[in-house]
Amino acid sequence: MDRIEQLVMTIAVALLVVFFGAIVVAATGYGVDVPTCVTDRKPFTEGAPPFKVSDKPLRYEVHSVARMWMFDPPEITIPPGAEVDLYLSSADVVHGFHVEGTNINLMTVPGAVTYARIKFDREGIYRILCHEYCGTAHHLMAGSIQVSHLAVEEQQ
Amino acid sequence: MNTTIKLPVEPWARRLVILEISLPIVLLVLGIYAGLLQVLFRAGVIGAAEFGGWEYYQSLTLHGVVNAVVFTTFFAVAFGNALIPYALGMRLPLRWAWISGITMVAGTLMAAWAILAGKASVLYTFYPPLMAHPLFYIGAALLIVGSWIAFFNWIPLYVRWRRENPGSKTPLAVVGMFATFIVWLIATVAVAIEVVVMLIPWSLGWTQEVNVPLARMLFWFFGHPLVYFWLLPAYTMYYTMLPRLSGGKLYSDKVGRLVFMMFILFSIPVGAHHQFAEPAISSGAKLLHSFLTFAVALPSLLTAFTIAASLEYGARQRGAKGLFDWIVKQPYFSTESWLFSYLIAGLLIFIVGGISGIINASYSMNLLVHNTSWIPGHFHLTVAGPVLLAFLGMSLHLLATFTGKELRFKGLAVAVPYLWLLGVFIFSWGMMRGGLHGEPRRTNLGMSYLNPDSPLYQPEWKLYVTVTMIGGMIMTLAMVAYFLVFFATALRSQRVEPAADFPLAEAYHDEPLGALSNLRPWVITAIVLIIIAYVPMVRDVVRGTFSNAAGYEPHNPVPVQQLED
Repeated sequence: MDRIEQLVMTIAVALLVVFFGAIVVAATGYGVDVPTCVTDRKPFTEGAPPFKVSDKPLRYEVHSVARMWMFDPPEITIPPGAEVDLYLSSADVVHGFHVEGTNINLMTVPGAVTYARIKFDREGIYRILCHEYCGTAHHLMAGSIQVSHLAVEEQQ
Repeated sequence: MNTTIKLPVEPWARRLVILEISLPIVLLVLGIYAGLLQVLFRAGVIGAAEFGGWEYYQSLTLHGVVNAVVFTTFFAVAFGNALIPYALGMRLPLRWAWISGITMVAGTLMAAWAILAGKASVLYTFYPPLMAHPLFYIGAALLIVGSWIAFFNWIPLYVRWRRENPGSKTPLAVVGMFATFIVWLIATVAVAIEVVVMLIPWSLGWTQEVNVPLARMLFWFFGHPLVYFWLLPAYTMYYTMLPRLSGGKLYSDKVGRLVFMMFILFSIPVGAHHQFAEPAISSGAKLLHSFLTFAVALPSLLTAFTIAASLEYGARQRGAKGLFDWIVKQPYFSTESWLFSYLIAGLLIFIVGGISGIINASYSMNLLVHNTSWIPGHFHLTVAGPVLLAFLGMSLHLLATFTGKELRFKGLAVAVPYLWLLGVFIFSWGMMRGGLHGEPRRTNLGMSYLNPDSPLYQPEWKLYVTVTMIGGMIMTLAMVAYFLVFFATALRSQRVEPAADFPLAEAYHDEPLGALSNLRPWVITAIVLIIIAYVPMVRDVVRGTFSNAAGYEPHNPVPVQQLED
């Protein structure tokens, strides 16, 4: 290999190391992390979510089950600023759970639980799309998250 | 172009190669039509569940299976059957070559029947617990087994060549094809376990339930190296033929070999980067796979340099001066070296395809694009870019040389890759921009998000799906032109004696190889890396799965076993 080739190889390796470093910084420093859940816990038996876990800090827990071709519950209502622990699973086939305009982009897999901690700062209605093919009516499968102080008070 | 070495090929070897490129090209007519339907469905032009008897998800399954799996596997086997004996100066052992070909044809026909009959609308990823007809899985298994037989048929050929030519360098073309099939063999073991052990007995009703996270892990153990199985035959052409077509030499033979060895090392332990959004896999395993995915970008970065250097050398031989003249002085539109246009257009597409792939592999950025239309936007710049164009060009080349026919409509043949390049760039811009705005992949948008009467209507995506549709139409047009050239050439009468004839390049830097002369240490290291990457994942998946899942047909939310009771 000649000198230019060695130089190119060094630059290529350095570039990839920088890219990987950026990911580690994003994951550890900024909390941009992928979902993870390795658990033997069987959730989704306690009734209708969301559940308020604590007041200070404001924390909720949401259990959502995807099934052909709807999300259960179809609408999740939470107050802005709350930290929400989201547990997802599927009652039948594999589904997707993508909250439009956010980084909440998850899979629901039968036999396993997906966990992610989410937080909405702004009020509004966010659409949940199923973005994994789940059968004939897949394109109609959608839900929503309503982020609103008022709606949460009305519910209680 | 200076003359190449022609070697005679036995009639039954020629017939096999012609069969193995013609059948998938015929099926590709259906696959391309299904692709056109996709963009029309998605843009809302066809606002229905089906068109002309083809249901949306059925046609999407056909599009993926034919274009990405059947066409590519057949081509890789045909290319190996033609190129390996040529490069070694030996004859292809016919019996097992034909057994391999017939196995693959049988498997393909079974799977094609299941899809066309509407009994396997599970897409080409066939994620359980969606369940297809057993013949879909059996057909897929036979296609894979047939391709293994082809590979096993080349090994004794190479061993004999090695014995008869001690001290000679293995031809780079053979290294490239062996790297392709080593990656393929290791990767397909996992999907064979998924299909044969888990899915076939389950679809036949012998077992009731499957472990879905385990099946998905096995699928992606195979699913990403599959990408390199597609790419490596194209790389083999870039390294061994493109420099010659440009009128020069390969800049460095050694880098070519290093690149193929790196693909053996890093192609496989990367599957979890398709599963970042999933449960039952710990984030540590995901991060490790993300890191290894960056490692597999390294050989492509090296290739970019070596191929550019080879092209520059070729152009300077033909009198290119200054800094940029060599870029202009390439045989882009030469009807004499028409294969050049297919390879160079593919490389240009791959620049964007490769960079977008690094985004997908990025652990955190993936959250934005996972399962959106960004993903098919990206992989149409890879598998439907360099891979497709190299395979189409080489299919034409094989057709012409192995039947002794002159190509028809050469001007049109040269225009195809550039027309495709234009189309696929427009198509992928629409798909990728839409994806960044949340447009999902594999979804009948015309029935929902792009239907103004639907409560789900999302007018923001109108622009992106329309641009995608225009790109898709241009791509279809390019393929119509290609089919015209292919079939018109096939129907022509023979002009010259059929022969194997490949424009293989010499090397400019041809250095001693050292550790690169032997495949074994690389394969062993690859297996060690796979163990490091996958043992923690198997543990996660076993711990993270709390129940198995019953099977479902795509149109019915009641489990199959309850329907039968």
